[in-house]
Amino acid sequence: MVGDTVLAMHMSDGLVNGPTAGAFGLIAVLGLVLAGVRARSDLDDRTAPMAGLVTAFVFAVQMINFPILPGASGHLLGGALVAILVGPWVGSLCIAIVLCVQALLFADGGLTALGTNIVNMALVGVFVGYAVAVALRPLARRSRAGLVATAFVAAFVNTVVASLAFVLEYAIGGAGGASLGTVFTLMIGLHVLIGIGEGVITAATVGAVASVRPDLVHLLRGTAPPLQLRRAGDTGVTESRATEGNPS
Amino acid sequence: MTAPAPNRRATGFFVGFLAVALLVAGALSYFASPHPDGLDTVTLQGCQVVESDAGEHLEGTCIAQNATDHSLAASPLADYSVEGGEGTVGVAGVIGVLVTLVVAGGLFWVLRRRRPKDQH
Repeated sequence: MVGDTVLAMHMSDGLVNGPTAGAFGLIAVLGLVLAGVRARSDLDDRTAPMAGLVTAFVFAVQMINFPILPGASGHLLGGALVAILVGPWVGSLCIAIVLCVQALLFADGGLTALGTNIVNMALVGVFVGYAVAVALRPLARRSRAGLVATAFVAAFVNTVVASLAFVLEYAIGGAGGASLGTVFTLMIGLHVLIGIGEGVITAATVGAVASVRPDLVHLLRGTAPPLQLRRAGDTGVTESRATEGNPS
Repeated sequence: MTAPAPNRRATGFFVGFLAVALLVAGALSYFASPHPDGLDTVTLQGCQVVESDAGEHLEGTCIAQNATDHSLAASPLADYSVEGGEGTVGVAGVIGVLVTLVVAGGLFWVLRRRRPKDQH
């Protein structure tokens, strides 16, 4: 069936050599351990279910390849989407879980390529998207249109930069078959187009969540402090945050 | 789970969010573009996919020729189908959404910071 080869969305095994795959596997593990530690402060009884649903939503939307050129398609990577909704630490875990489910259950994305895929989409994509979103946060806080525009730009940039992470891996240990210049030019060109689709999906999703539950948009937190009591024995950082939220 | 019940509005939002994810994976997936994505387009550059009785193979020179078969290619949900059945992408998608939700939701629930009253 022709369709068999088509719904493969991530790097297969063999595109980069063993040492490169191993090195990026190590980076992925270290990054995710750090994310797991830092994610805790962003997770509570309200945001944990939200993060679970965001992860499931990214899995679903990644299945939807949209046309970008005759004979070529693109799909959501989700970096800026998760970073804006649940924060970068939780967000990188979201994308990593999606990639693991896809690789282990759906044979999409090679097992030895899991490290490179996680670095590209769960670490680079998420943190680049987050950095852009934070830079534009004043705009995002000003109005709904500002938030939607921020989501679009962050998603566009996360897509293009994540695609460059593949070019880097190919430059370090690519298996060959095309020149680095060709890979670089094609990856950028195609992912500029995919980035527009990523931007539209991210803007629509963030806009929809913000219209119903702005308190669940991580990027906006702090504008309207959630009514939430924090434990007095917590770290100083948490205490000072709680104090900011409770002028008394 | 002993979490205090979130208010009804929160539950409604979460149910709606899950419904959208299920609809996307279960129904919209049938309308996804069948063409290779950005990365695959690049790795296939220089090759032609030739179909023969023995299956597909690549002719020419391209990165994808170095790709090895997935170690789990024989798994029941491989390539977003159920046992390779035609028209099962939606079923595979719904399974994927639910599995992802359980894995991610479970992990995040375990990692979350408990409210003080949960700790006593």
